Amino acid sequence: MPPRILFSLLLCTVPLSLGFGLMNGSLPLAPIEMWHALWGNNDDTATTVLWQLRLPRVLAAFVCGGLLALSGVLLQALLRNPLADPYILGISGGAAVGALAAMLLGAGLAATQLSSFTGASLAIVTVFGLGFRHGERNIYRLLLTGVVLSAGCGALISLLLTLAQGDEVKGMLFWLMGDLSHAQGLPFAWFVLMAVGLCATVFSGGLDVLAGGLDKAAALGVAVGRWQAGLYFAAAVLTVTALQLGGSIGFVGLMIPHAIRLIGISAHRWLIPLSALLGGSFLVLADTLARTLWSPLQFPVGVFTALLGVPVLLWLLSRRS
Amino acid sequence: MNNLVLEAHKLTVAIGGKLICREFDMTIRPGECWGVLGQNGAGKTTLLRTLAGLHKPQAGVVSLNDVELAAHARRNLAQHLGVLLQSESGEFWGSVQEYVLLGRFPHRASLFGYSVQDETLAQQALAQMELEGLAQRPYNTLSGGERQRAAIAQVLTQRAQCYLLDEPLQHLDLRHQAQTMQVFSRLKEQGCALMMVLHDTLWAQRCCDHVLLLFADGHALHGPAQALLTRVHLEALYQCPLRELSVEGERWFVAGV
Repeated sequence: MPPRILFSLLLCTVPLSLGFGLMNGSLPLAPIEMWHALWGNNDDTATTVLWQLRLPRVLAAFVCGGLLALSGVLLQALLRNPLADPYILGISGGAAVGALAAMLLGAGLAATQLSSFTGASLAIVTVFGLGFRHGERNIYRLLLTGVVLSAGCGALISLLLTLAQGDEVKGMLFWLMGDLSHAQGLPFAWFVLMAVGLCATVFSGGLDVLAGGLDKAAALGVAVGRWQAGLYFAAAVLTVTALQLGGSIGFVGLMIPHAIRLIGISAHRWLIPLSALLGGSFLVLADTLARTLWSPLQFPVGVFTALLGVPVLLWLLSRRS
Repeated sequence: MNNLVLEAHKLTVAIGGKLICREFDMTIRPGECWGVLGQNGAGKTTLLRTLAGLHKPQAGVVSLNDVELAAHARRNLAQHLGVLLQSESGEFWGSVQEYVLLGRFPHRASLFGYSVQDETLAQQALAQMELEGLAQRPYNTLSGGERQRAAIAQVLTQRAQCYLLDEPLQHLDLRHQAQTMQVFSRLKEQGCALMMVLHDTLWAQRCCDHVLLLFADGHALHGPAQALLTRVHLEALYQCPLRELSVEGERWFVAGV
């Protein structure tokens, strides 16, 4: 499929997915009701629900999906590994340990956020400090450092979960599976997505060259070491922002870029905007299903990203054998 | 006009504790074609990478037109110096055409995409390597030989004046070997400077005017191809007895047992 057409298609999907998220919930709204609530000057329940609850939520879901998908694209380019996702370098592990520890101590939302941010930052600095050697083209050290740190964090997470009491465990599991109901810092997240997305698109030619081989990239005039450091920190910022917004929502960052590639688009100047759009719409859809399908029960959104995404991706994979 | 001179001055190269050459001097001028021969592990690739500025020498300098490589901006260097590396195991998800087009990266005028001229040059290089039919195929579905041809097409697209080629003939069948060497010979006639790692003494004889013999103990010998491509030198180089055959005026060297 030509990239331009796919881009237009995905652009059309954005209002559709946002509308789907806005209409569905414990108070279902018809399209016309939603329209009135959005633009009318009413003071009814529908308007309150829409502006106070649903709009922030769908916007959070969209930006979070975009951040994760973009982070996945950048990390797959950096690590030259199709299995790379936003969480492979231990950033989410560090954030999770921070968040869970705060929850165990009974901290509030703000303290939990701060603690998870601290954990993530520590992980970023540790992995970069130990794993990155300037001028060394072999990126496995970085990858291994990240994976080792992730494993360590995994053990700590298990420990924290066993130490926690009944109710706390549920909150922790929601954090671990991803949960968008406490999304905060929405404008900042949108700013990060736009800024990094724009930068990455501008520099997409270099990303293509890096994908062709590191030595080759150096021979073609790319300052490989600087690019790698830049990619690492860009991906880290995206990941941390997404983690702060919705916990560690799995699957989006790994699979969205692959879905675009399986359709046949791999040039980064298209891959980057397309992934961000698809990731955003996809997460809005998954989040809406997670909160409405068995309402009033709410499920972690991570469950639905996987349940929705796995069949689609398996189909795409089998299609092009 | 092409007046690019690549020069190594008192170059000492080592990798992983192994000495590859010591205080080595050489100059590659426009219109020259150099063949690099040596045993496996003698350091041919490392030497080539050093000349390309991809490996740091222990001592000495490599310079392009009297300016040290490190002092050139990487992009500027890439506009003049084309490097063919042995296949890197990597993931390239795009098509063959997109892969070949990457060779235009150092010449790219705009940040967004490539110009029509860039695409024309890529098309020409694809045709030179007989890859037109594969242009739209995903790069990672190619065979080893086809990948090698795509890599050569990418370097040709770069339109450099000096080419450093690491085993350009690897994985190629006989016809494509001949074709590729013809393409390189034409570059030489146009005034480009070339240096290529070869394992085939016959191609070295036919196409190279200079050869560099890299011995396993770290000493190197270079000079006119005719003078160095003799049985005595090659037996010393490969450390095995060779038989010399003469076919239509060409010297063939066959490993004896």
